[in-house]
Amino acid sequence: MERTQYKQEINITDSLMQRINELISHYPEDKKKSALLPILHEVQDAHDNWLSFGLQDKVAEILKIQPIEVYEVVSFYTMYNQRPIGKYMFEFCQTSPCCLNGVENLMDYTCNKLGVKVGEPTADGLFEVRGVECLGACGYAPMMQLGDFYQEHLNEEKINQLIADCKEGKINLLDK
Amino acid sequence: MGRKILLDKINVPGIKTYDVYRKEGGYASVEKAIKSMTPDAVVEEVKTSGLRGRGGAGFPAGMKWSFIDKKSGKPRHLVCNADESEPGTFKDRYLMEFIPHLLIEGMITSSFALGANLSYIYIRGEYMWIYKILERAIAEAKAAGWLGKNILGSGYDLELYVQIGAGAYICGEETALIESLEGKRGNPRIKPPFPAVSGLWANPTVVNNVETIASVPWIVNNSGADYAAIGIGRSTGTKLISASGHIKNPGVYEIELGLSVYEFMNSDEYLGGMSSDRPLKAFVPGGSSVPILPADLIYKTAAGEDRLMSYESLSDGGFATGSMLGSGGFIVYNDTACIVRNTWNFSRFYHHESCGQCSPCREGTGWLEKTLHRIENGLGREEDIELLWSIQSKIEGNTICPLGDAAAWPVAAAIRHFRDEFEYHIRFPEKVKNRDHFVTEPFSMVKHLVSKETV
Repeated sequence: MERTQYKQEINITDSLMQRINELISHYPEDKKKSALLPILHEVQDAHDNWLSFGLQDKVAEILKIQPIEVYEVVSFYTMYNQRPIGKYMFEFCQTSPCCLNGVENLMDYTCNKLGVKVGEPTADGLFEVRGVECLGACGYAPMMQLGDFYQEHLNEEKINQLIADCKEGKINLLDK
Repeated sequence: MGRKILLDKINVPGIKTYDVYRKEGGYASVEKAIKSMTPDAVVEEVKTSGLRGRGGAGFPAGMKWSFIDKKSGKPRHLVCNADESEPGTFKDRYLMEFIPHLLIEGMITSSFALGANLSYIYIRGEYMWIYKILERAIAEAKAAGWLGKNILGSGYDLELYVQIGAGAYICGEETALIESLEGKRGNPRIKPPFPAVSGLWANPTVVNNVETIASVPWIVNNSGADYAAIGIGRSTGTKLISASGHIKNPGVYEIELGLSVYEFMNSDEYLGGMSSDRPLKAFVPGGSSVPILPADLIYKTAAGEDRLMSYESLSDGGFATGSMLGSGGFIVYNDTACIVRNTWNFSRFYHHESCGQCSPCREGTGWLEKTLHRIENGLGREEDIELLWSIQSKIEGNTICPLGDAAAWPVAAAIRHFRDEFEYHIRFPEKVKNRDHFVTEPFSMVKHLVSKETV
């Protein structure tokens, strides 16, 4: 499979393991598997925002479940990335209420500005543009998700500013 | 001014924090329920209130609670559905972000009523920052003694946690949500058994929407009868409405059920009318799943009565001339919007979000999307309209969960009320190649072109 070509260094630090154990403690002793989704988020955040098969196997080992139980979950939910993605992923909501407020034109603008197509990272791996389904911000359209946060009431000027801020490392991606 | 019971304190500075929330009377319902009421008495008050599930289905909450299996002696759970993903809906997010303790308080009081000792809030993955807000709020509540062992010395124990999803609309369906909470793919379960008998880890479970649970403290603090006195008929209480689209003031509003759609749309207290001077063309009152209605059925029902913001009035006339209150996702379209494009957009959404378990939904939503896409892009065929009708009718009612119905209804309604727009797309393909076709030339200006002779 194509995605096996990507290499990922696996590093479960002590603080990450501590958070994993805390998440496991939210469920009864014999129901540890329930912690799978939150654990995958944490592990992905600590590994450049994607989950290789090796990393998924590691999660299976921690939870004492079969690797397939992790693969089937990772492939079902859209927020888990199965390949390396752009560091600053502009995830535009492209469902109807955002379209009524011009998100399609804004996505075109952003892609032109970055010189990419939707779903292709920039050559330096810094940016990627993706269209996603309703993010629950219809009243603040057009909008996108950038890391753990929403960027709302967007326009071309704000896009320019965001791109500049990302390049200067001014944008915080994780809510930790 | 409509009465506010959920958002009445939303503008109090610092209401996000425990201290301010408590000073403003927060957590009183927990005190009252635990110290002076039996769990069954709380259930009775909620039954009396007539509170209906605010996630979309509108099922009476008190009745749902009364179904929970207490005889088996298995542990019981309350799970809050904060997987808000219905296009057009963003009310739960508003409530959790700006007054998180209201939900925590509601969870404690409701868990007490159900005899649940381990409860969860399942929140959609994209609301990551709100997940953190809730985690902090729970820690504050726990530090103040509202959670944990022996709450208020009553002997009642409760642990409450937030679980985060990872981007799947289907997890808003209660059995899919439970599967996801168990660390699995979000595939809905066949019912029965209902979660009230066999839910989370096969234990009796109640799943309620954020807004439903957040309404419980007021009902307990006042009374079920007081709540039932608000609203109209069987639509009791207040409802959060998420408003978006071509309106002046998009946002989240708390309304008393029974407010007229006209007033909600046009009053400056609410939506303030259309965002530009363009005419109203259509609206979706309850999230993308419910039928879209054309301008002439918005303010008045087919029978000529004023259309009200209530479960009954919005569905008056059935699907022929009515819609549904649903989740309260209120989307407004002016005459520059293209109904075909909008329907394609919704179908793409349902195709993307179908879990794939049931063939009619997995395959049917893809067919709907593809067929609508070609019509919208000027490649439609005359028989495509009948094809769409046929596909949607074969999905509806033939799937395990309501996602299939939710995918079928918007297509059926669009054809029912806007058939001429589909015909226009098919007969004048050159005119629809630009995606902003109705921005430059609204359909009302070209409608006369569609006639039998153009077939």
